[in-house]
Amino acid sequence: MQNAEGAAPGGPAGFFILHFSCFLPPCPRVTASNHQWRKAKNVFMQTLTFVCAVLVILPLLLVFYHLLSQGAGAINWAFFTQLPKPVGEIGGGMANSIAGTFILISLASLLGVPFGVLGGIFLSEYSHHRLNWWIRFTADVVNGVPSITWGMVVYALIVLPMKGFSTLAGGVVLGLMMIPIIMRTTEEVLQLVPNGYREAALALGIAQWRTIVQIVVRTAMKGIVTGVLLALARVAGETAPLLFTAFGNAYWTHHLTEPIAALPLQIFNYAISPYDDWHRQAWAGALVLILLVSAINIVVRVLTRDRFSVRSI
Amino acid sequence: MTTAAVENKTEKAALAVRGLSIFFGANAVLKNVTIDIGARAVTAIIGPSGCGKSTFLRAINRMHELNPDARMEGRILLFGDDIYSPAVEPVVVRRRVGMVFQKSNPFPTMTIAENVTVGLRLNGVRDKKVLLERTEESLRMAALWDEVKDRLHAPAISLSGGQQQRLCIARALAVQPEVLLMDEPASALDPLATQKIEDLIIELKKDYTIVIVTHNMQQAARSSDFTAFFYLGELVEYGPTTKIFTKPAQKRTEDYVTGRFG
Repeated sequence: MQNAEGAAPGGPAGFFILHFSCFLPPCPRVTASNHQWRKAKNVFMQTLTFVCAVLVILPLLLVFYHLLSQGAGAINWAFFTQLPKPVGEIGGGMANSIAGTFILISLASLLGVPFGVLGGIFLSEYSHHRLNWWIRFTADVVNGVPSITWGMVVYALIVLPMKGFSTLAGGVVLGLMMIPIIMRTTEEVLQLVPNGYREAALALGIAQWRTIVQIVVRTAMKGIVTGVLLALARVAGETAPLLFTAFGNAYWTHHLTEPIAALPLQIFNYAISPYDDWHRQAWAGALVLILLVSAINIVVRVLTRDRFSVRSI
Repeated sequence: MTTAAVENKTEKAALAVRGLSIFFGANAVLKNVTIDIGARAVTAIIGPSGCGKSTFLRAINRMHELNPDARMEGRILLFGDDIYSPAVEPVVVRRRVGMVFQKSNPFPTMTIAENVTVGLRLNGVRDKKVLLERTEESLRMAALWDEVKDRLHAPAISLSGGQQQRLCIARALAVQPEVLLMDEPASALDPLATQKIEDLIIELKKDYTIVIVTHNMQQAARSSDFTAFFYLGELVEYGPTTKIFTKPAQKRTEDYVTGRFG
């Protein structure tokens, strides 16, 4: 018995430990019924994991189903072309909110993309800098800061000094939220670029900054774009920080210093209103917003399908 | 050949390495290596894994400096110029000393032609005529021209492994270096592709000084004029390849080249 068990615990006690830990109930030997039991366990666990995986998809399907059933009816030409109607009047649309969302995420990109991408490049390509640990740590913490906190910060930094809610403040708050997301994804995709390319370029006498721009970033371009799009999708649906900054607007915005409408804000305002027509429009707005975010995600899927593959030219 | 080559080595050393030691942190990877490497000849560096041969190679074009813990002592003269003098930029050294790596690494975002000229273009050469000439010339030298001349604008990674490695050699040659370093250039290739690389090495030594690290004794014996045997960071023995492989002076060299260890 000692020999058979090798280095395992010896003696009668050891025998029992091994015996019972290996062959827990119900059957002590490998027999036909034991085999059946194992198969049953396997099927059970497989089913369990499958059900859990399906539970991930289920909420999305539910959301889509609800949005389609409640909101599809309110989507029409006017919804995309008209301003909201005053209280009590039926009809109108969310043209200004849809445009506002695009304006806000464009502004946010102006701030978030350059800082995020360049920061990510620094983290990845100058990885021996002693500040890097702190930058990375800070970015991760900042990524977890609740979005309403961002709204309050920008309210204090921009809205109060400028004495008013503004498009600028809305763009800045979304941009600030994008920076850490883009920074970390950029760093990660740059790390995926094999070191051999960097070495090959440097060994040709190419300066490091040119190596980074022309070789490393170019190789990882799709991944970087993916990170940017995911950050856009993330902030496109933000509501809380916009309450303190962009504020919302029932009309067209003509200047960066004026408040601006945004889809999530308009949805929020309509959803908490007591009017059925506004509720319908809120559903429709939510449907448009989720279609927008889904569209961004689909673009990301297409882009990442062959990242770093042979045909990545 | 031997006598002529030895004269070559003593009179026209392309690289004069004097008391070179390389440390990674507290760890001495190369210890006090002094060696003259002859111009227009192939010098093979052999030795068991971890003996410092790759580090030696990378020190010649200052690639080891990419490791921030690396520190060096000693001097390396490239045709008389101290490549570690404070006035010399690593970038300039690397233009004079090209390198080919173990794993072929053509840039995946570029075509065959773009890969060849990348070293020129990213160093400011804009003249289309020069770039075209240099593309053909380099690909011919790398014995790849006939295979790719009809698809210069195809992606570089559409080539086979052996072709990719020859493309990397062409890319290194296009910047017209004086010395070409090769770090096990054929170790990931099949025998036929290896044969082509070895033929190429022998062809290239007419114009270039070549230093090649190899694990393959036959390859060192076939394609090199001089062989240096490194062991545990020290240069054990250096001399004409025929001598190292037939009657080495040191017991350790003999044991290694006959396959008794390493």
